[in-house]
Amino acid sequence: MKNPITGLNKIFDNRIRLGVMSILMVNEEISFNDLKQMLEVTDGNLATHLVNLEENGYIKVKKGFIGKKTNTTYSMTKTGEKAFADHIAALEIMIKGVK
Amino acid sequence: MEDNSPQLSNTGPKPEEMVRDIRLMMERSSRFISLSGLSGIAAGVCALAGAYLGRSILAGYYGEYQSRGFFSGDDFSRLKIKLVALAVVVFVVAFLSSFYFTWIRSKKKGVALLGPTSKRLFWNMVIPLFAGAVFVMGMLRYDEWRFIAPASLLFYGLALLNASKYTLTDVRYLGYGEIVLGLANMFFIGYGLYFWALGFGVLHIIYGSIMWFKYERNG
Repeated sequence: MKNPITGLNKIFDNRIRLGVMSILMVNEEISFNDLKQMLEVTDGNLATHLVNLEENGYIKVKKGFIGKKTNTTYSMTKTGEKAFADHIAALEIMIKGVK
Repeated sequence: MEDNSPQLSNTGPKPEEMVRDIRLMMERSSRFISLSGLSGIAAGVCALAGAYLGRSILAGYYGEYQSRGFFSGDDFSRLKIKLVALAVVVFVVAFLSSFYFTWIRSKKKGVALLGPTSKRLFWNMVIPLFAGAVFVMGMLRYDEWRFIAPASLLFYGLALLNASKYTLTDVRYLGYGEIVLGLANMFFIGYGLYFWALGFGVLHIIYGSIMWFKYERNG
């Protein structure tokens, strides 16, 4: 999963997945629609990336209802938090190295 | 000039861009930044108009006292009702007009007015304001007029300070201003209306103008 040279997490190479993780770092829980609006992506596109993050154990999915409408919310797992922190640490090293 | 509606970068992920994207998403998902400076100006104008009307109502009341030589209980309760009604009307008009400009701005930016960020901002603002409103009503119940202006300025300032964590950080300076005015007013009891006009009128207009100039001038 990790790029052996840079230490960057390949899963976060994608901007949408990176965006989802960033948003979940500062929001305990967030709905599918709010994510869609903040990231400015289509339903299908977002759904694919969310499944990917879920399969990697980085996020948790909770399905609920508001009235009759489904309301799916997402939150970060401990594994996800750790992976994201490592990714940021690697980015930091890279940026410092360039300068 | 700060970029008002930043977009995610389109090119491949370079570390600087990744960091920029992360920061952007964290900001966008945690702060409601569509507050318009024009909202501040509108609220300020309403407050100044309200203060002016309040002053004329008071002047009328004292005028009668001068000519008659005594206060009548009826006059006093009528004055109380008039001033409270005025305050409520001013609050509603100020709220609606500032809501309008922020609504327009969020439409322009394509951000939903009712998102998680605006909800969070709303509750963090409303809870201290509600506490302040109940406190002020409690004072009114005992005909304690002297501390109404300082208390409303203080509670409003604290509400803004709290809200600044969930919107433009600049709001914090408006909060500081209101708190300082509220405290200063404690030492100039009897000039509440002037402090009130300064805090809710002049400060709002100054703050709104700066915000408009800083973030909205170019679109």
